[in-house]
Amino acid sequence: MTPPDDTGAGGRPARMPGARRLTEHRLFWPAAALATLLLGNVALTHDFFAVRVQNGHLYGSLIDILQFGAPLVLVSLGMTLVIATRGIDLSVGSTVAIAGALACEHIATAEDPGSLPTVLSAIATALGVAAAIGLLNGFLVARLGVQPIVATLVLMVAGRGVAQLITDGQIISVSSGAYKMIGGGYWLTLPFAVLLAGVLVAVTSLVTRRTALGMLIESVGGNPVASRLVGIRAAGLLVMVYVVSSVCAAVAGLMISSNVSSADGNNAGLWIELDAILAVVIGGTALTGGRFSLGGTVLGALIIQTLSTTIYTLGVPPETTLVFKALVVIVVCLAQSPAFRARLSHRRRPAGPDPAPAAGDAGARRQEVHP
Amino acid sequence: MSTPLSSLTGPLQRFSVRHATRLPLMVTATLLIAMFSIGSLQYEGFFSAQVLLNVLIDNGFLLVVAIGMTFVILTGGIDLSVGSMVALSTMLTAWLVEQNGVPLALAVPLVLLVGAGGGALMGWVIHAFEIQPFIVTLAGMFLARGLCYMISTESISITDPTTTTIAQTRVLLPGGLFVSPAVVIALVVLALAFGVLHHTRFGRTVYALGGNESSARLMGLPVGRTKVAVYAVSGLCSALGGLLLTFYMLSGYALHAVGMELDAIAAAVIGGTLLTGGSGFVLGTALGVTVLGLIQTVISFQGTLSSWWTRIVIGGLLFVFILLQRLFGGPRADH
Repeated sequence: MTPPDDTGAGGRPARMPGARRLTEHRLFWPAAALATLLLGNVALTHDFFAVRVQNGHLYGSLIDILQFGAPLVLVSLGMTLVIATRGIDLSVGSTVAIAGALACEHIATAEDPGSLPTVLSAIATALGVAAAIGLLNGFLVARLGVQPIVATLVLMVAGRGVAQLITDGQIISVSSGAYKMIGGGYWLTLPFAVLLAGVLVAVTSLVTRRTALGMLIESVGGNPVASRLVGIRAAGLLVMVYVVSSVCAAVAGLMISSNVSSADGNNAGLWIELDAILAVVIGGTALTGGRFSLGGTVLGALIIQTLSTTIYTLGVPPETTLVFKALVVIVVCLAQSPAFRARLSHRRRPAGPDPAPAAGDAGARRQEVHP
Repeated sequence: MSTPLSSLTGPLQRFSVRHATRLPLMVTATLLIAMFSIGSLQYEGFFSAQVLLNVLIDNGFLLVVAIGMTFVILTGGIDLSVGSMVALSTMLTAWLVEQNGVPLALAVPLVLLVGAGGGALMGWVIHAFEIQPFIVTLAGMFLARGLCYMISTESISITDPTTTTIAQTRVLLPGGLFVSPAVVIALVVLALAFGVLHHTRFGRTVYALGGNESSARLMGLPVGRTKVAVYAVSGLCSALGGLLLTFYMLSGYALHAVGMELDAIAAAVIGGTLLTGGSGFVLGTALGVTVLGLIQTVISFQGTLSSWWTRIVIGGLLFVFILLQRLFGGPRADH
């Protein structure tokens, strides 16, 4: 699932021997964080790693993390591509709600809710509308030059209203075996949602890393003007990533609504955009664009899901997850910030006669803050 | 990708030289008059000054929060933490006053201090470590909302006599009209913000910073101090907005003001503040809040329209105003 990492447009890390080289690897810190969290859970509950087979299905905490994390993995997948172009997509949470609402409304009003054609057309409707949402976002960003955060804010605000309009403000329940399969079903002993997310991640990795597409996206994110000048059709690429992001969010919306067999326009996918951004940032993709790591994003999404599971295991009120997430965001962003690193290294060698230029800058700025 | 738009806006661009920054404001004012006129023709009892004052009474806290947001947006930043900060200050006030017997006179400055301090801290992280405002205030949003839940997951209702007395006070105006003390406070904050933004050195630095940060730095303006101050102002306004909401709701609840950051941003944008920073009016923000409030009033008068229409209409308005901003002036984003 992990794509080759050193194909990014940015500079490669210098090859270093041994352990140094391992810690320099882009996925090292996210993977270490995930491993620490998982091991911490083993200390709390001894059978945490136990996976048992029951009725031909795999059960266990690890499988739960994968299954409940699948929608977040998908939303984060689309978000990674958007962020790689130096954008952001705030409308994914609303898209999750709209997709779930559309599909459930379609199935609930159909004559035979359980039949495959009904479910397929429900899925097609949801994905089609999501693609239209992505087109609108892409149009605003690529054609009108609106800042991405602002362009997608429109649908973030209006989208949830639209979702409630579709469900008429109610929670629509559906009983459809075929639809239940997407988020709650099993296939080849594994949850279907996990397989679906895995396939989509693999396809995206292949398409972006085995073709030039990934490099083109990174080039647009790195320097949009230069990429246009060298003949990259930046506008088309931008529209494409927003469409992909919306469609991924829609699949996540189908999963979530299918898992609980109902659509809630108000709460489905609430704040998932923030979790997704968090997952992308944890995964090592910088918000300034130009370089992305799908493997990192998947790890990031799993870290967030494991964090939530841990909070539940600890018996702390689940709402306090937000505090932990906030701390994770702050730590990760500080770790990624060159200014912070410069300051740290500045501290470490206080007697150094000639601090690095970056460290000197940070010192100057500090004086400016507290004159 | 700029060609189709710039060829289209050729004549508009010339027009925009003089009117660019004021056009959205004029559109908003026209919209406000149109909404009020249509409402008055459509619904009985709509045409009264009290209906307009009620809009202020119901949205006084939003006005205060949106004023703080305007400061941040003018510098080219954004503050996503304001909704959570409002919730946190309702929660803190209720917890201090109701469950710990702290007198209101002590709780209020404490809450304001927490808001301003939190804002300043975020501003400092944004400036010192060069992290995007969006992600830092996102962390602040999580943190403040999480702290609310740590205080209590239940709503805390307030029965403290001083608080309830203030909440029920009516400020009488001539002609049998009335407003709440919150409206008076909000208008005072508005006047203060107007004075600070347009008549002080700090205000000019705020605009300069949003116009071009590196130029501002080269001119020797205190970029760092101003950034920290602007987020502190936003935090302070959120805390004050939270206090006003506490009086309005007479309760502290972790789910108060969910999504208020979006309303505050929308109010600023509809009021003509450019999201890229450097251009806007705090009085426009007040118009923006009034437009949002009037939408809710129209929907409640209509009766058959449900509350989610509010979000859809606000989203639609946001869309229109963003298009207006793109067509008339304003620096383009990178892509």
